[in-house]
Amino acid sequence: MDSLKKILGIVWLVVAAIVAYYGLTVFGIPKVMSEKTDDNVFGWIILTVLMPIIVGGLGIFGWYSFKGEYSDKNS
Amino acid sequence: MSKKFTSQLEHDAYVEEKKKNRTIWGVIMASSLGTLIEWYDFYIFGSLAVVLATKFFPADNPTAAFLSTLATFAAGFVVRPFGALFFGRLGDIIGRKYTFLVTLLIMGFSTFLIGCVPTYETIGFVAPVLVLILRLLQGLALGGEYGGAATYVAEYSQPHRRGYWTSWIQTTATAGLFISLIVILVTKTSLSAEEFDSWGWRIPFWISILMVGVSYIIRRNMAESPLFAKAKKEGKTSKNPLKESFGNKFNFKFVLLALFGAVMGQGVIWYTGQFYAMSFMQKVMNIDSAQVDTMMALALFMGTPLFILFGWLSDKVGRKPIMMIGMLIAIIAYRPIYKTMYKSVNIESKIVAKNGLTEKRTVKVHAKIATDSLITFHQEKIFTDGTLLKKDSIVHWAAAGPIIKDGKPEAPLVKEAITVNPDTRWLLIMLVFIQVVFVTMVYGPIAAFLVEMFPLKIRYTSMSLPYHIGNGVFGGLLPAVATYLVTSGKDAGHAEWYLEGLWYPIVVAGVCLVIGTIYLKTKNKSLEEDEVVESPAASVVENPVV
Repeated sequence: MDSLKKILGIVWLVVAAIVAYYGLTVFGIPKVMSEKTDDNVFGWIILTVLMPIIVGGLGIFGWYSFKGEYSDKNS
Repeated sequence: MSKKFTSQLEHDAYVEEKKKNRTIWGVIMASSLGTLIEWYDFYIFGSLAVVLATKFFPADNPTAAFLSTLATFAAGFVVRPFGALFFGRLGDIIGRKYTFLVTLLIMGFSTFLIGCVPTYETIGFVAPVLVLILRLLQGLALGGEYGGAATYVAEYSQPHRRGYWTSWIQTTATAGLFISLIVILVTKTSLSAEEFDSWGWRIPFWISILMVGVSYIIRRNMAESPLFAKAKKEGKTSKNPLKESFGNKFNFKFVLLALFGAVMGQGVIWYTGQFYAMSFMQKVMNIDSAQVDTMMALALFMGTPLFILFGWLSDKVGRKPIMMIGMLIAIIAYRPIYKTMYKSVNIESKIVAKNGLTEKRTVKVHAKIATDSLITFHQEKIFTDGTLLKKDSIVHWAAAGPIIKDGKPEAPLVKEAITVNPDTRWLLIMLVFIQVVFVTMVYGPIAAFLVEMFPLKIRYTSMSLPYHIGNGVFGGLLPAVATYLVTSGKDAGHAEWYLEGLWYPIVVAGVCLVIGTIYLKTKNKSLEEDEVVESPAASVVENPVV
């Protein structure tokens, strides 16, 4: 289980990076720049709330997992 | 008939047990009542979102106004983690009791004042700004409330019954939503549609101040949590809970695990079952809002006891299996459930009954421009299965002819309201009820689960933050994000556009399920001080049992 958690740590880091990329280039900035109110509201939600939590939180979580912080020995 | 005892020892143990049970019921009642009122205050805003959109935002674009209302509603959720940090810190330093007295008062006054804010028509953009500020205060107060109540009850509970006792606190969120719907229903039925639309929608906000007053008096007479009082007396409380919670890697990794392995998924499942279901029926299926309120209230009423059942069961089989199974079934079932809901009321597949069509045209002078008129085409269709569709198309007609916008006559504002037949009504109630079952599975055991994850001295702070990020941010933003996804899917011409909003809860709960299944332990953990409760001679353990 510990080695699975280490591998998954890399997966979470990759997921965080993908979310950052799509969050900025597809869902965030283009929607914020849009003239439609609906797009605007959605863009700001993604850019200022969801993306920082997912990218930051999941990134740190993945890093801890990769470093073995969640291994049975450490918890 | 009085109970017979074989020894004095047995009698004393019986009396002691009775006393404990009486105390815990008192604690649960007092804590739950206050928490229930705070949820009521918080959800009144969501339950009235459709009406508030027309009161505090410009009326030219109803979708944008509704989205802005959802965004304001969501703003209350987004600040919840800040409330968790601020009040959680106070709760870990000063005490649980005083902290949640303060949160109760802030919530009560903010809610009351939302009911007093003049409309956009009267004071323009100041109206949404004031509402936003009050909504933020509501969010801050709630951020401090829940963690306090859960911790308070958990610290009074016996270890082997912690899931059961704290599940009473878990019922309060659903009960608060249920009561908010009932109060709205009673207000709506006691007033005419015009009266409710003009000023009646304010009543549910005003009622809050009475309920908060009662709850304040009850809570004021409660004692501090015995475990916290003991720790404080011995000087073992934290001096800087924020630093110890989030600056200490050992604790912080569990804050992250709680968020990504449990609360994030629980949050989206809660808000899909209890809020998105409601807004889906109102905005996507166009069902009459009073009928939606009734159906939601019934489904919530039937589902609420299951919080207790799953809380109790979590004491027997563990918190994790129940929460993870709930998440898994929800992920699999959401699309079929919402597809069935939508198809059951899709009027394009229905046939109009013989003589089932009536039409009426009325002309009114425009309220703001006396030379203009508002022409309403009212149409009613009764279908062969008893479904009723009421459709109003409102056109603004100037003295010189139709209003021209971008070179074309302005499109009419169309309002549709469907009243479903009794069979469909029960089908929808059952489909919402199934979603409430998922909610009770993931939410019933979670207070005990979170409390057991963190040590006493930083418990209030540590458990409140992931809870409010998971629920407040991931869950609270669900109606706005899902509504946006549905609208975008419809504009893009997707075949199943009405299901697009579900991708958000499915993906979030899916990630949470994987993390929770692999990283969380199945066996329930004990509180560090449980040993102290069981054997008073033992000393308080410094490190958490995680």
